[in-house]
Amino acid sequence: MKKQTYEDAIKRIEEIVSALEDGSKPLEETLKLFEEGSKLVAFCNSALDKAEQKLIELSDLEQEAEQQDAT
Amino acid sequence: MKLPAVLTVSQLNTYIKLLLDGDAHLSNVYVAGELSNFKEHSSGHCYFTLKDENATLKAVMFRSAAQKIRFKPENGLRVITRGRVSVYERDGQYQLYVDDMQPDGIGALNLAFEQLKQKLNAEGLFAPERKKPVPKFPQRVGVVTSPTGAALRDIVNVITRRFPAAQIVLCPVQVQGEQAAGQIAGAIRRFNKGAFADVLIVGRGGGSIEDLWAFNEEIVARAVAVSEIPVISAVGHETDYTICDFAADLRAPTPSAAAELAVPSRIQQKEYLKNISVRCSEAVRGKILLQRQIIKHLSDSPALSSPLAALDAHRQRLDGLSAQLTVFTQDSVRSKRSCFMPLLGKLDALSPLRVLARGYAIATRGGKALLDSKQVSPGSEVELKLSKGTLTCLVENVID
Repeated sequence: MKKQTYEDAIKRIEEIVSALEDGSKPLEETLKLFEEGSKLVAFCNSALDKAEQKLIELSDLEQEAEQQDAT
Repeated sequence: MKLPAVLTVSQLNTYIKLLLDGDAHLSNVYVAGELSNFKEHSSGHCYFTLKDENATLKAVMFRSAAQKIRFKPENGLRVITRGRVSVYERDGQYQLYVDDMQPDGIGALNLAFEQLKQKLNAEGLFAPERKKPVPKFPQRVGVVTSPTGAALRDIVNVITRRFPAAQIVLCPVQVQGEQAAGQIAGAIRRFNKGAFADVLIVGRGGGSIEDLWAFNEEIVARAVAVSEIPVISAVGHETDYTICDFAADLRAPTPSAAAELAVPSRIQQKEYLKNISVRCSEAVRGKILLQRQIIKHLSDSPALSSPLAALDAHRQRLDGLSAQLTVFTQDSVRSKRSCFMPLLGKLDALSPLRVLARGYAIATRGGKALLDSKQVSPGSEVELKLSKGTLTCLVENVID
């Protein structure tokens, strides 16, 4: 589910920036949104920094899935 | 050979067959013509007529040869055939026994390509509405290609450089030859079955049309079209187009280009995140600044900075009223006094003390003032009140 979360994170960050730049929210909410946005940005940065770089084979994934199904 | 005087039909037909079979030229001829009356029997054997403007020729192509044809023979198609001429003894017909058939002009493979393209297009397989968008941030990139080819190397290099966060899942296949199409289609199905990738790159390096032919096969085109996972097709070079390209959700001119399309740039993403952070900070800073300004504006207002100022007005009013009160009071007293003074004067004038001051005396006896001399007799004590002091007197004489 990490894929969805990264895309969702980006989407949410965009929403937050819009809201912040709009300037219409009260101060307290502004600060809350900023905190949420900062956390999301940190999450995205760390997701990007992960180097998943392994070339794996489909057959391995299929085996894994089979074993999981068996349990 | 000695001909009998009267032949049977069979004998004549056999004779002619042997004549034709014995001719070297006729045992391997190339004949060009237009197909007509084409019929494929359930047996797999094909019966048709070749014709030109002036003549026709019966022909047959047996299953073993017909199977090898890559394109679909149709009436009206111009072809070049290779075969031998012989006689079907039973009906005395000579015909062309075709071993190989090629479309005249554009080549069998090209024709097959066009035919399949038309067929699948008509089915709507290539419709733009069917194309799925490629995910922006794939976690897994599936690759269907030869494990030894340059295509895989290029794809891996690009993804490693550009977006190392993505995992590469390889399903190695043959990319040319008899088995290729089946393996390629199978790989795509397997990826879909377990949802083992977020995007697929299907392709191979450059080659001739025969080399790339597997990616023109119907089975591959259909597997690509029904794939739920978006497919990026990367077959051959820039100028090579295959049916797989038309069926795919996205076509890349090369495997490297496919990898670039499949994943975002990590550097760009970081840049984007940095900019977004700055925008957020700026927005918040701006908001705080605005709030401070509002507060300052409020605190500068007289109501807050000099709250006692409101009292001044009241104070002033009070002073005014107080002054007024004083004036009115003084005027009132003055006027009363001016009324009062004449009365006082009158009262004073009427005062018995004034009378006394004029030399009169008040005679009293037993505290009561005497008005009549008859009220006393000689020898009574009478008091005389003078302007100053009092006398006690004895009456000597009473006079009327």
